[in-house]
This record gives sequence, C-alpha cells and structure tokens, in this order.
Amino acid sequence: MGTARAAVASQLMIRAMLIPRRLIMLGLFAAFVVWCVVTMDWSWLPRYAPLALSGLWVTIWLLVVTIILGFTLAVPLGLAQAIGPWYLAAPARAFCTVIRGTPLLLQIWLLYYGLGSLFPQFPWIRESELWPYLRQAWPYAVLSLTLSYAGYEGEVMRGAFASVQKGQIEAARAFGMPPRKIFFRIWLPQAIRSALPTLGGETILQLKATPLVATITIVELYAVAGRVRQDTFIIYEPLLLLAAGYLVIAGVITLGFRWIEGRGPNMSR
Amino acid sequence: MEQTLELLSLSPPGWGANLLRGLVNSIQIALGAFGFGLIIGFFGAMGKLYGSPWVRDLLEVYTTVVRAVPELVLILILYYAGTDILNNIAGAFGRGPIQINGVAAGIWVLGIVQGAYATEILRGAIRAIPPGQTEAARAYGMPRDLMARRVTIPAMTAFAIPGLANLWLIATKDTALLAVVGFSELTLETRQAAQTTRAYFTFFLAAGFLYLMVTLFSGVIFGRIEKWARRGQPSHRSS
Repeated sequence: MGTARAAVASQLMIRAMLIPRRLIMLGLFAAFVVWCVVTMDWSWLPRYAPLALSGLWVTIWLLVVTIILGFTLAVPLGLAQAIGPWYLAAPARAFCTVIRGTPLLLQIWLLYYGLGSLFPQFPWIRESELWPYLRQAWPYAVLSLTLSYAGYEGEVMRGAFASVQKGQIEAARAFGMPPRKIFFRIWLPQAIRSALPTLGGETILQLKATPLVATITIVELYAVAGRVRQDTFIIYEPLLLLAAGYLVIAGVITLGFRWIEGRGPNMSR
Repeated sequence: MEQTLELLSLSPPGWGANLLRGLVNSIQIALGAFGFGLIIGFFGAMGKLYGSPWVRDLLEVYTTVVRAVPELVLILILYYAGTDILNNIAGAFGRGPIQINGVAAGIWVLGIVQGAYATEILRGAIRAIPPGQTEAARAYGMPRDLMARRVTIPAMTAFAIPGLANLWLIATKDTALLAVVGFSELTLETRQAAQTTRAYFTFFLAAGFLYLMVTLFSGVIFGRIEKWARRGQPSHRSS
C-alpha cells in the first residue's frame, strides 16, 4: 500500500518536473553547474577529499547519535510537562525554556569552555577513568547537541502526548492493560506518529546546528571547508560544495521521513 | 561572589559594559534583520501566491535552499559575496576597497535568511484568511493595493503573529552566529571577556541570562500584539 502510494507520488513528481518552464530552469541550473566546474578552481579537491569524507562521517555520526539520545530525553520531558505533577512539570518546562531561549553556540561554549575549565580543578575527576575522554572535544559536542534537541523536542512531544485522543487510552484501560503497556503500545506510538512531520523539520534544524561544533575544534564537514579556505585562500568553491552537501543530506532526511510517514495506518482524520 | 560581581560590574575593571554593548549590537542586528526579512517575506509571499509560474518556482528554490543549508554556511557565502559585490561596485567608480559596517553586514546576511522563513509564514497566514473577506472586498470594487492595505494585511496579522514571534526569537539567537565571522555582538564580547579573565562560567551564564531576558520579554510583547491583532475575532475559549 505504502509503496504503491510512493510510486504514484514519484511519478507525479517526475511529471511536474517535465513542464517546459521547469525543463528550462533545470537546464539553466545544469549550465550553472558546468560553469562552476569549468571556470572555478577545483584543484584542491583531490587533496582534501579524504578529509571531507571523514568530515561527512563525523557530521552524520553526530546527527544520528544526538538525535537518538536527545529524543530519548525528550520523551520524559514531554510526558512530565503533559501529565506530570508540578514538581516534575516545572523543572521540565524551565529546562525547555532555557534551552530554547539561548543560542546554541553559547550553550556549546558554556559546556566546552566552562566545564572544560572547571573539571581540571578536581583531582578525583583527573584521576578517574573518564578523564581521557573529558579532555577531548566531542563529549561536549554530543552533550550540548543532545540537550538542545531534547529541549526543542520536549516541547513538541508535550503537544503530541496531549493530542492523543482520550478514548484510545480509556479503551486500553478497559482492556485491562497495565499502565506501562498502555504507554509503550498505545500512547507513545500514536504521539510519535502525530509528531512525525514536526520531527522531520526539527531533524533538519539539528543538521543545520552541527556546523557550530566546528568552533570547538571538531573537524566535521563545515570545519573541512574552513580549513580549505585557510590553507588555499579559495573562498567560494568549498562553500558552494558544502552548501550542496547539506542540501543533499537535508533531501535524504526529508525523503526518509516521508517514507516513514507513508508506512503504517493513515492518521489524518 | 564578590569577585563575580566585580567581574560583571559596569566600570572598567569589570566587563559588564562590554556585555551590554554586545547586547545592544545583537538587538540592533536582530531588529534590522527581522524587519528586512519581513519585507522580503511580504513580497515573497505575494509572489508565491499571485506571481507568475516563473516567480513561484524561483521563490520555491530560494526558500528551499535557505531552509536546508546551515545558517553558518549561508552567512559566510553571503558575507563574502556581499563584500565582493560592494568592492566591485566601488572599483567601478574608481574607489578603493570599502570597510563594511559590521551591523549592516549582519542585517543583510541574516535578513536574507529570515526572509525565506517569513515568506512561508506570511504565505500561510494569507491563505488562512477566510476567502469571503477578500471576495467581499473585490465585490465592492476595491483596487488591489487598497485591498492589501485594508483587508489582507490586517486580517492576516493575527494568523502570522505566532510564527513571526518564533522567527524573531530565531533572529535574536542567530545573531550569535555572527560571532564566528567576528562581529562584536553579545556572544563574541562574552567570549573575549571570558578568555581574558578565565571566568568562563560566570560570563557565559551572564550572557545566557541576558538572552533569556530578551526571549521572555519578547514573549510578553508578542502576547500583547497577538491579543491586539485578534481583537474582534471570536474566541474559542469563551464560546
């Protein structure tokens, strides 16, 4: 069912691209790409290709890990705000407000420079097993991106939990399901389903947030372009390629979410 | 504690004045970029709704690209492109390279980013206007500009305010990205203060507090504006 719908959708998309106007635009775009390839300076590309690939890997790794961790944190945050008692709801709301009210760059720097300058003052931290990791940059990058995603998604999940129809929960209770089972079988799946379109957009926002960790010495995709610029004084070529790379990743995320949304029962009422 | 207060005090040994100057710069850039973005957004929304197919497709490309590429990358591209274009123009008039004002560059760069989001918000808001209202205006023979001024814009404001409030918060937070290009707004001033005094926690927390105050204060203001824009509309709550 889902695949048939997807096939129809992709056919419609191809037909929409074949309108003469769009063909001309595609042609102009292709000409622009050719012009870029021919007239611009791409001699740096072979030398930096391995670095760019490892940067791409770091970006994707950061994105996937922080989204999974952040979402696991967002579920209790959303639940606490939706139905929790006030002593859980208030801190959860405060956390979301603070995360959403301050720039991510500031949060990253606060954790990296702030915690980074605080930790060495405690001998027991320096002697602990974790110290070799705490001296690197990536734990702070993962932590700050995770907290940021959790803060934004906690708010989204609050709405999603509240939007699940009451009758569904009541029906589950009438069947004698224990509360834990109700949550994992009925409430959470339906909440995630109704939040999926928002989550797709938020995932792209998270992708767009990853370049910020380049400022704390993590060599991901954006940092590679910065290094090319510093080494060779070539400005536009790496930036254009970088923008194209992010466009492609964002496109893949969009298609992925559309595919997930196409599966399972249609929830539109 | 005393030490912290000394670090944050406004007079020279403390860095409070630097932080406040950064805050003023940030707010200036955010206001300018938000305004510039609104202008782009208004024409963009009009183009997307009533423009020719060419205009619609081009605007679609603009909003898609800007919303999919990280702001940091766009800021760099627009910053370098803007400087190059201005210098070329200056060169054509026989002048040397121009020193570009940081605030103006920030407004130009963030405004173009904001414009893409504003286009989508305003388009949605215009489409949310009940069609009967514009039809009535047309039936009275109102010319297009008068209809935009008297019917479309007032009626869409209420629908656009929540999205625009969000966009304004994004504008204030995105000014922090300009720190990476070296504009002395709040985040960069904070970092300089923190690096000089080694009191990282104090200064980053203080800056976070300032940003949070801006956010909360804006929330109150936008709440009032929305209430004003919704005057005369039936409320779902009381019925």
